Amino acid sequence: MERMIEQIPRFFSAQNLTLLLEAAGLTLAMTLVGCLIGFGLAFVLVFLRQTPGLWALPLRWICIAYVEVFRRIPFIVVIYLVLFFIQAVTPDASLFTIAVIAICLYAVAYTADIIRGGIESVPRTQVEAAEAMNLSRLQTQLKIVLPQAWPVIVPPAIAFAVSFIKDTALVSQVGVFELTFRGKELNNQGYSGILVFGTIALCYFLLSFPLSLLGQYLEKRLGTPRGQRRARKIWRT
Amino acid sequence: MNYRFQFGVVWDNLDELFAGALLTFQLGVFAFAGGALIGLVCASLKTYGPWPVRLLVNAYVVFITNTPALIQIYFLYFGLPEVGVRWSNEACLLIGLTLNAGAYLTLILRAGFLSVRVTEIEAGQTLGMSLVQQIRYIIVPHIAKSIYPALANFFIVVLVMGTSVGALIGVDELTGQAINLSSVNYRWLEYFTVVAGMYVVLTFIASIGLALLGRWAFRVKAKIF
Amino acid sequence: MAHLAVNDVRAKYGALEVLKGISFSIEKGEIAALVGPSGSGKSTVLRALMGLTPVTGGHVALAGDQLDYSNAKSVRAARDRMAIVFQQYNLFQNMTVMQNLTLAPLKIKRWPRAEVESEARRLLGLVGLGDKADAYSDQLSGGQQQRVALARALALKPQILLLDEVTSALDPELVNEVLDAVGKLAAEGMTMIIVSHEMAFVREVADKVIFMDGGQIVESGEPAALFDSPRTDRARDFFSKILRH
Ligand SMILES: Nc1ncnc2c1ncn2[C@@H]1O[C@H](COP(=O)(O)OP(=O)(O)OP(=O)(O)O)[C@@H](O)[C@H]1O
Ligand SMILES: [Mg+2]
Repeated sequence: MERMIEQIPRFFSAQNLTLLLEAAGLTLAMTLVGCLIGFGLAFVLVFLRQTPGLWALPLRWICIAYVEVFRRIPFIVVIYLVLFFIQAVTPDASLFTIAVIAICLYAVAYTADIIRGGIESVPRTQVEAAEAMNLSRLQTQLKIVLPQAWPVIVPPAIAFAVSFIKDTALVSQVGVFELTFRGKELNNQGYSGILVFGTIALCYFLLSFPLSLLGQYLEKRLGTPRGQRRARKIWRT
Repeated sequence: MNYRFQFGVVWDNLDELFAGALLTFQLGVFAFAGGALIGLVCASLKTYGPWPVRLLVNAYVVFITNTPALIQIYFLYFGLPEVGVRWSNEACLLIGLTLNAGAYLTLILRAGFLSVRVTEIEAGQTLGMSLVQQIRYIIVPHIAKSIYPALANFFIVVLVMGTSVGALIGVDELTGQAINLSSVNYRWLEYFTVVAGMYVVLTFIASIGLALLGRWAFRVKAKIF
Repeated sequence: MAHLAVNDVRAKYGALEVLKGISFSIEKGEIAALVGPSGSGKSTVLRALMGLTPVTGGHVALAGDQLDYSNAKSVRAARDRMAIVFQQYNLFQNMTVMQNLTLAPLKIKRWPRAEVESEARRLLGLVGLGDKADAYSDQLSGGQQQRVALARALALKPQILLLDEVTSALDPELVNEVLDAVGKLAAEGMTMIIVSHEMAFVREVADKVIFMDGGQIVESGEPAALFDSPRTDRARDFFSKILRH
């Protein structure tokens, strides 16, 4: 305990603080890039999953299986699989890339369900009206369904991304210099575990808490039919 | 890619992976059960307690749900020995996971508490039920029905995301076993592929079991997929 | 040769057979009215023609061309030549009235923008909504939405217009406005199939009335003949109830 108190001035040196700030930036960047790409791919997955026709049955199954399987595998296992698979294919891929790919694969599985929920919230009759005018499936999705679905999709998608900030801690295991990795490093340098991991926890909290409040706010604003109508109007302008 | 998969070594060590899977399952069940107990107490306090207690519960929930489980466990594992508390790896993991699950379960259970409508309780009172009977026949079934799907889903989260964190502090659960075994002979991809499959099977069994339990005990249609 | 010939068409929702062999035909410029009790399958006939409800049997010929509803190209051809106005309007919620009208003509038919927009304005004037071009559907009353939906269908310049209960949401004084518009279209040679519960409207505009019940055509003929002296008991029963008020 005295050791910890004695360490405090040294621990909060400018150098260490910069280190942690950079690490927090990396954590945030990793989450953001991974979730954004994953979000985009999830749209593709949901779209493929809705392909009609008997010939597309295997395609639909694959899409369903992807979501189901990835939700049942620990993130750390996915990280290892991506790490060793990518290294077998291209040995000089950066660790950041590997981390982003792993986050992305995971985010696809989780956001696909969110997107599907949003799309299903748009009345089926809107799609029929578009079909009756010969709009293609893609045109219908882009011009009619998605503009009406986004207020339902965005709040839970943000909530997912925010909660995923915490899960990226596992990426430290493959050596990306994010918050958790720096924490272990500082701990190995002899700094007190309570001090180090207390501070790291606080860093995560400072990233996660404001964003989760934002998510909750959006959820409340957009969670009601009225809020969604209002959001659609904002979208139009 | 000229990587050659060799699953042979994995099959040779399958029994160790099964031991890991068993530990994963046990950790998941205990952490969830302990978390549910904490959740029950905290949700009650958060709903019915005096304001200082509510504040305390809120602080616990907000802090835990906004920091990674891994960091919480590192804190116990690397931090507590400094103040003279020495727990084994497994104990650190289990206690950390339980505290973590407790916060999330507080939120789930509280949502259930809030879903009970006054009219239903009044209906029970007009039938001349005692308080215990009201709780037994009206409140508990109602809460169970409304939160069972969320609980079942969260059990899978604990079982998968929760327990696997143990691998990072040297607990020999399923992921830990995969790391141990593959660092001996470097068949990383093979071990992790098989382990991923084992997680899928394990959680499917759990999902089916939970769906059947829900149907039998609370008449809820919990979805398996 | 009939403009539209429907022969023994069947349709199912899951296991429930909703159309049990429907046959009728209409000539170019004719207006046919589908009448019958709720749930008799009137909307389903129109939906089947548009390829929105899967057709499980029978034949449809449009201007001499056989339509095969299991073939995507053929369905596109059907939708290219026919337009539908739905019972619940189904205007695109995220678009203005103008965008609703011009979407398909611009993106699907690929007609020139200037022409499409001036035609859209003409049609909005026709249905009495010349000043609502920039409104969104949630800013319109039900009756106004229905008229926009009618204009949207007309903007596609269909050979056959399918109208599903278009007057049911309209104010009494506006019914006549729409009837005039429908009459003008008939004079221009527009072929139409209309579903309606308003017998006065049907008697006035229809050349032929088709009475449906339980997914089958029970009786059909000229409006006056069918309304005043139905041959089947089922039709007599229905019309006596519905014409009384
Ligand atoms: N999406 C659907 N799924 C299952 N059954 C349906 C569906 N839509 C309609 N049906 C059934 O098909 C039958 C015919 O319906 P349809 O909508 O064609 O009737 P209708 O004659 O247009 O009635 P209404 O005058 O009330 O509009 C009804 O028995 C109805 O229950
Ligand atoms: Mg109808």
